[in-house]
Amino acid sequence: MTGRVNVFYVRVNVELTASRCFNTLSVTGSAICLLNIEITLALCVCCVPRERCIFLFFFIKLKKSIFWNLRRLFYGPLLLTHHQPVMFGKVFSTYNPATGEKICDVQEADKADVDKAVQAARSAFSLGSVWRKMDASERGRLLFKLADLVERDSAYLATLESLDTGKPFLSSFFVDLQGTIKTFRYFAGWADKIHGSTIPTDGEYFTLTRHEPIGVCGQIVPWNFPLVMTAWKLGPALSCGNTVVLKPAEQTPLTCLYIGALIKEAGFPPGVVNILPGYGPTAGAAIASHMGIDKVAFTGSTEVGKLIQEAAGKSNLKRVTLELGGKSPNIIFADADFELAVEQAHQGVFFNSGQCCTAGSRIFVEEPIYEEFVRRSVERARRRTVGNPFDPTTEQGPQVSAEQQSRVLELIQSGITEGAKLECGGKAPPSKGFFVEPTVFSDVQDHMRIAKEEIFGPVQQIMKFKTIEEVIERANNTEYGLAAAVFTTDLNKAMTVSAALQAGTVWINCYNALSCQCPFGGFKMSGNGRELGEIGLKEYTEVKTITMKMSGKKS
Amino acid sequence: IACQCVSFSLQIFINNEWHDAVNKKTFPTINPATGEVICHVAEGDKADVEKAVKAAKDAFKLGSPWRRMDASDRGLLLSRLADCIERDAAYLAELETLDNGKPYAVSYSVDVPMVVKCLRYYAGWADKWEGKTIPIDGDYFCYTRHEPIGVCGQIIPWNFPLLMQAWKLGPALATGNTVVMKVAEQTPLTALYVASLIKEVGFPAGVVNIVPGMGPSAGAAIASHMDVDKVAFTGSTEVGHLIMKASSTSNLKKVTLELGGKSPNIILSDADMEEAVEQSHFALFFNQGQCCCAGSRTYVQESIYDEFVERSVERAKKRIVGDPFNFNTEQGPQVDEEQFQKILGYISSGKREGAKLMCGGGPAADRGYFIQPTIFGDVKDDMTIAREEIFGPVMQILKFKSLDEVIERANDSKYGLAAAVFTKNIDKAHYISNGLRAGTVWINCYDVFGVQAPFGGYKASGIGRELGEYGLDNYTEVKTVTIKVPQKNS
Repeated sequence: MTGRVNVFYVRVNVELTASRCFNTLSVTGSAICLLNIEITLALCVCCVPRERCIFLFFFIKLKKSIFWNLRRLFYGPLLLTHHQPVMFGKVFSTYNPATGEKICDVQEADKADVDKAVQAARSAFSLGSVWRKMDASERGRLLFKLADLVERDSAYLATLESLDTGKPFLSSFFVDLQGTIKTFRYFAGWADKIHGSTIPTDGEYFTLTRHEPIGVCGQIVPWNFPLVMTAWKLGPALSCGNTVVLKPAEQTPLTCLYIGALIKEAGFPPGVVNILPGYGPTAGAAIASHMGIDKVAFTGSTEVGKLIQEAAGKSNLKRVTLELGGKSPNIIFADADFELAVEQAHQGVFFNSGQCCTAGSRIFVEEPIYEEFVRRSVERARRRTVGNPFDPTTEQGPQVSAEQQSRVLELIQSGITEGAKLECGGKAPPSKGFFVEPTVFSDVQDHMRIAKEEIFGPVQQIMKFKTIEEVIERANNTEYGLAAAVFTTDLNKAMTVSAALQAGTVWINCYNALSCQCPFGGFKMSGNGRELGEIGLKEYTEVKTITMKMSGKKS
Repeated sequence: IACQCVSFSLQIFINNEWHDAVNKKTFPTINPATGEVICHVAEGDKADVEKAVKAAKDAFKLGSPWRRMDASDRGLLLSRLADCIERDAAYLAELETLDNGKPYAVSYSVDVPMVVKCLRYYAGWADKWEGKTIPIDGDYFCYTRHEPIGVCGQIIPWNFPLLMQAWKLGPALATGNTVVMKVAEQTPLTALYVASLIKEVGFPAGVVNIVPGMGPSAGAAIASHMDVDKVAFTGSTEVGHLIMKASSTSNLKKVTLELGGKSPNIILSDADMEEAVEQSHFALFFNQGQCCCAGSRTYVQESIYDEFVERSVERAKKRIVGDPFNFNTEQGPQVDEEQFQKILGYISSGKREGAKLMCGGGPAADRGYFIQPTIFGDVKDDMTIAREEIFGPVMQILKFKSLDEVIERANDSKYGLAAAVFTKNIDKAHYISNGLRAGTVWINCYDVFGVQAPFGGYKASGIGRELGEYGLDNYTEVKTVTIKVPQKNS
């Protein structure tokens, strides 16, 4: 091999970190992750003139010991902290979706563990508690410190995230970790800026409002962005002064548990955050229907969203915020910057192996450029590199689980059956792991399943439209309303379409441009309430109006 | 001086570099506890202000690193600055005490922590200062952008050098302005140290420029500069008038002022006596009486007047005046000879005009600018000591009978910075606090400064508000953008 050779050797020895964190992990219930990974990352980048070859060697060695021997930890009673699991030894496995192999076992929380966690959260929220008496600015400090700790352990967390979800390491590191850190910092800043108001009421009264925390918040987060979703939930909840019982997805519990360790290290009082890995129908349902939980926030499928709302209605009318599915339209006008539109439309649907609630999964392309757009999109999809998430050239890792993989493949099959034109991809590559080829369908009709149902996989549907009125109507003709995009250089079209679309977020000439300062959430069955931004705080506060009789009112 | 964590220079800070004055002049800064010279500092004048403004203007150019920076990154820089100040807290507190004379225990446990909190607070605002979209009539789409004003001149006083610097820099930088700051000639040192930290954390060159110098030269040059878009001044009402005049005769730069006060502190007969005596003592004597919000007119209801005076005198006599580096010291020296003389002059006028000197009344040491904690009883509203800002450890106690009377007398002042009322009665508390013409009213407390809460003056005590969300207004130009659209829909 000739040419300039740069070798970067990065050794991330996580043994110490993992020991410290998991040793002292304070997780109410049975949420104790039995994981110790020694990671040696050797990244060799070799640059050869004309032909750039990048090799990455990544070794992950699961070390079979922490403090005691692994066998005892996995199968024996857990005494890592004073919080013991209610059901000793009940565990579930989490898998590496890139290989289908088991990573480790995690304690499985159930109803009894939720009860314990709620009790802890309630007592942390009681009047006069450390958390209730804390200055708002100090809550902000703690969140800021948490952000710093996440930043410190970025490499480790990104590795763990990729291992557990299958998303490319570089994406974990640069997108997920950055998003997590920024979200914590952003909400750290809000803590002492959540203002009530004083109000000029009629009559001899003085009225003021206090924005108080709601109380114990149940939070159920999904597996597609485990860390970021954890930050979206914890950031505003803690900024406003609530306490939390959080259930990470059973597919991807690891990074969330690590965050638990960092929460303790940052110095949050005990009971403020409680993390319970477990399943939806057991732990999740217990949260949604718990009489001691004041609010539940859920991100996941619309189907489960309905169950959550139903459970809240049947139990104590807890406040409900939901961030659910989508079938987001992405509208490309003939006058758009073509290169940009093709690339953004591609990223808009294929990012994160298509596992985004915002995925731009209905691409409406104006007639004159339709053929060319399909051709270029197929060309781009064919170039998409699918493979080992730890290879830096990989754009797309596996789907998160075998179940998701088969669901995506089933929907692809339905597309073929219903007469859409399969342009490329369409199957699982013959390797182990839960991969799906980047798939593009053209000539898709609005009534087809692939145009109506959320696929949550790397499958792009391209449709044709003629007029602006027509595309607005078709774009809005869905039960969902999470996101949408329009690509055009015409200011009037941009203004008209963005105002007319029934979606919580509209991107103009960009896609997935999410940022923690901007509210995010769904119209219609894509959800209830908004996350992020100042408005995200509203979902975690109760407003108390205090009116005082006063003599001699003056303006 | 103890271990110096970061080197800083006794020069002018422009473009993240240290410069001598163009005319090579320097001025001495004095340790007020001894009257000795600490060191000499470069003395900025018009030519130096010129250089600083140019640097600030360049740093504010469209496309500059500062203008293109994410708001959240501006916040992160401010947050890092707070971290550095926290790291070097002991050193900064020491420097502050040396230069200003305030007790080290106060510098360390009040001034520096408040500085850190202020910068962190505004760090958080950087990416939360939102414009609006507005439903105007017609087929239009309308929104506002909150844009930085541009080059901000900031002139800060010597009574809380570090804190006033933070109050000025926090909102100005959070909103994306660039700054030319003149620090007080009595107390330039800590501000220059902070300049070195500004460089350390990575603010782009030219964003913050600090010019030590005198008011009539450097200060005037800032106030009348054609390329300074806004000037913020904290100091005397007299100079406040000059600043505003300079703005109007130059480019109508935006002006915010935080000026003098003669703040009433009203003690009703139902108040908790012990608490009221202690808080009123603190309200006036804190920081050697050198607070713009000092509670320098203590109105006490007739029935408790005598007891209140007696206990206040008892408390003042117990006040420990001395070496600011002694941990027991409650009161250090006044900041300089000029202030020292001015205060002694006011004390003479009080005696001359017939107020009853209850304790103190003279210098408290052979050297340095120490003054005895002084209390006047039987003070009348028309006496000089009841009307003018003394800015020293001199307490005036006045008697009143009814609520309406005290509200009227309390408001009978050209100032309107702060006020307080002590009572247990909910109706009286509201009645008085609503009736007072002051930017801040404390109820059963005094000098409670949360960075989250706005501060500023009615009447001749100032224009605009600092701190809180309101503080951002003073550093923002609002731009309304209206777009014609083919058809409006709600």
